[in-house]
Amino acid sequence: MIAKKKEKTTKQKFSWQLVYKQRYLLLMSVPFVVWLIVFKYVPLWGWTMAFQDVRPKTFALSVWEREFVGLGNFTKAFTDRLFKQTMLNTIGTSMLGILLGTVMAIVFALMLNEIRFVKFKKATQTISYLPHFVSWVVIASIAKMVLNDGGMLDTLLNTKLKLMSTNSPLFWVVVCMINVWKEMGWDAIVYLSAMAGIDQGLYEAAKVDGAGRLKRIWHITLPGIKPTVIVLLIMSVGSTLNVAMERQMLLSNGIVQDHAMVLSWFSYLRGIGNNNYGVGTAIGMFQSLVGIVLLLIVNKIAGIFGESKLI
Amino acid sequence: MKGSRVKSRDDILDWILLVVFVFLIIITLYPFLNVLAISFNDPIDTMRNINMVIPRQFTTSNYVYIFKENNLIAPLLLSVLRTVLGAGLGVICTAMLAYVLSRKDFYFNKVFTLLFVVTMYVSGGLIPEYLLLMRTLGLGNNFLVYIIPGLIWVYNVILVRSFIEGLPIALQEAARVDGANDFIIWGRIILPLCKPVLATVGLFVAVGQWNAFMDTYLYAKELPTLQYVLYQIMETATIKVDPHAAEQMKNAVSPLSVRMAITIVATVPILLVYPFLQKYFVGGMTVGAVKD
Repeated sequence: MIAKKKEKTTKQKFSWQLVYKQRYLLLMSVPFVVWLIVFKYVPLWGWTMAFQDVRPKTFALSVWEREFVGLGNFTKAFTDRLFKQTMLNTIGTSMLGILLGTVMAIVFALMLNEIRFVKFKKATQTISYLPHFVSWVVIASIAKMVLNDGGMLDTLLNTKLKLMSTNSPLFWVVVCMINVWKEMGWDAIVYLSAMAGIDQGLYEAAKVDGAGRLKRIWHITLPGIKPTVIVLLIMSVGSTLNVAMERQMLLSNGIVQDHAMVLSWFSYLRGIGNNNYGVGTAIGMFQSLVGIVLLLIVNKIAGIFGESKLI
Repeated sequence: MKGSRVKSRDDILDWILLVVFVFLIIITLYPFLNVLAISFNDPIDTMRNINMVIPRQFTTSNYVYIFKENNLIAPLLLSVLRTVLGAGLGVICTAMLAYVLSRKDFYFNKVFTLLFVVTMYVSGGLIPEYLLLMRTLGLGNNFLVYIIPGLIWVYNVILVRSFIEGLPIALQEAARVDGANDFIIWGRIILPLCKPVLATVGLFVAVGQWNAFMDTYLYAKELPTLQYVLYQIMETATIKVDPHAAEQMKNAVSPLSVRMAITIVATVPILLVYPFLQKYFVGGMTVGAVKD
C-alpha cells in the first residue's frame, strides 16, 4: 500500500541509459520472456495450421508453402463420424459436472458452516481435501478397483452395478460422481470463505424474529453467496468444452470409450493419432473459440439478470 | 414456547450433520484404506473378496515384487528427480520474475506483465504444443520436457508478486543506498522475506510434478514416471476377479494387488506433504486475494 502511494509513475522516456541502469532487471526477466514466447506464443501461431493441410511430411515447410484449405479442416472435423457423439459427451459431461459439482460443493460448505462441533468440522474438512491432491492416475486406479465389475462396491452390495461397463450416458454420471468425490471438499473452500464474509448481524436479527436455522440458511446464507456462485458459474460455463482428456482417458475403458470421448481427446486422436495436424488444430481452435463466445454470452445474461433482480 | 421448539429442532440439525459427516469421512477414506489393505494382503486371498479394511493374510510380497521384479526403482527416481528439480527451479524462476514485475520503475514492466497474463486466458492447444515440443524442438523422450515447458505458472508469479508488493519498500531503498544492485537486492533481501509464499508455490509445483501423467504419455513414454507405470499396469492388466484363476496361478502375483501397491507408493508422498499443504495453501490463497 505504501509502495503504491510513493511511486507516482511519471512516464519514463526510453533511453539507452535507462536500459543500462536497469540491466539487472532485464537480465532477470528477458530469459523468461523468451521462454514465454517459445512455449506459449509459438503454439498460438500454430493456429494457422487449422486453415492448412498439414501432415507429418509437410510440417517442416514454412507457413507460406503449405497448402491452404480454408475452412476445410473444420468441415472435415464436423462431419467426422465421431464428432456428434463427442460433442454430446463433452456437453453432457460438462453440464452435469458443473451442476453436480456446484450443488454438492455448496451443500457441503453449508453443512460445514452450520455444524457446531468445531473439532469435528475441522477433521471433516481436512479429510475432504485429500483426494484433491492425489493424481488422476491414482484416482482412476482406485475408482476402477471400487467400481469395476466384481469390484469393491459390487462385492459390498452383492450386486452387479455395471457402472464401468455400460456403454451409455451412465458413464457421464459415473465420471461426474468420481469428480465430485475428488473435488467437493476443495471446491467448498471458496463458498465457505464467501459465507464467512456475510454480515453476522443479519443472523442475529433473523434469530430475534424467530427464524430457525434452515430459514436462516435459505434467506441469509444462500443469498449471501449468490454473487460468488454466479461468478464461478460464468467461469465454468466458459470452459464447457474444455473437458480434460486426462481424466476421461484414465477413467475410460474399451467398453465405455464411445461415451468417454471428449473434444480434447478427439483432437489428439485425429491430430496425432491419424497424423492430420490441420484437423487436430482445427478441433482445438473450435474448442477455444466456443469457450470465449460462451463466456461473453453468459456474462451478458448474468448482467441483465443481476440488474433486474437487484433493483 | 415457539422459541424452544425451534431451538430443539435446531439442535437436531447438529446431530443430523454429524451423521452426514461421518458418512462423508467414510466414503472418502474407505477406498484409500481398501487399497492399502489389498496392497498388504495375500494376492490369492484378495481374489476371493477384495472388500477389506485390514489385510486378512498379511504379506509384503506385493511390495517386494514391484521393487524387485517390476523394477519400480527407475520410475520412482525419475518421479523424485522431476519433482525436486521442477519445484526447485520453478520456485527460483518464479521468484525472480515476480520481483522484476513488482518493480514499477522497470521500463518494460507493463509490456512483460501483459505478455504473461494473456497466456492465462488463451493457449494454442494440444496439437500445436505437441508439434512444438516433439517436432520443432525435438524434446521427445528428453528429461527436459518434464522441466522446461512447465517451468513457470503465471498464476504463481502473480501470487509472489503481490506478496513482494506487500513488503516495506524501505528495505530495498536502504540496500540501494548501500550500493547493492537489483540482483543482490533480490537474492539477499527479497528471497529470504518471501519464504512463506515460496513454500506455498514450491509445494504446489511439487505436487503438480509428482502427479503429472499427460506429459509422459504424450512426449516421453521411454522415460516412464511412477504415475505412468501405474497407468500402464492399469491398461494391460484387466482385472477379473475369478476364483478359478486364483487357484491356477499359485505363487503368481495378481495384477490387482501389484497395482494397489503401486497406487500406495504413488500416494504416500502426497500424504507426507499433506500437513504442509494444509498449512500453506490457505495462506497462499489469501495472499492471492489481497491483490486481485
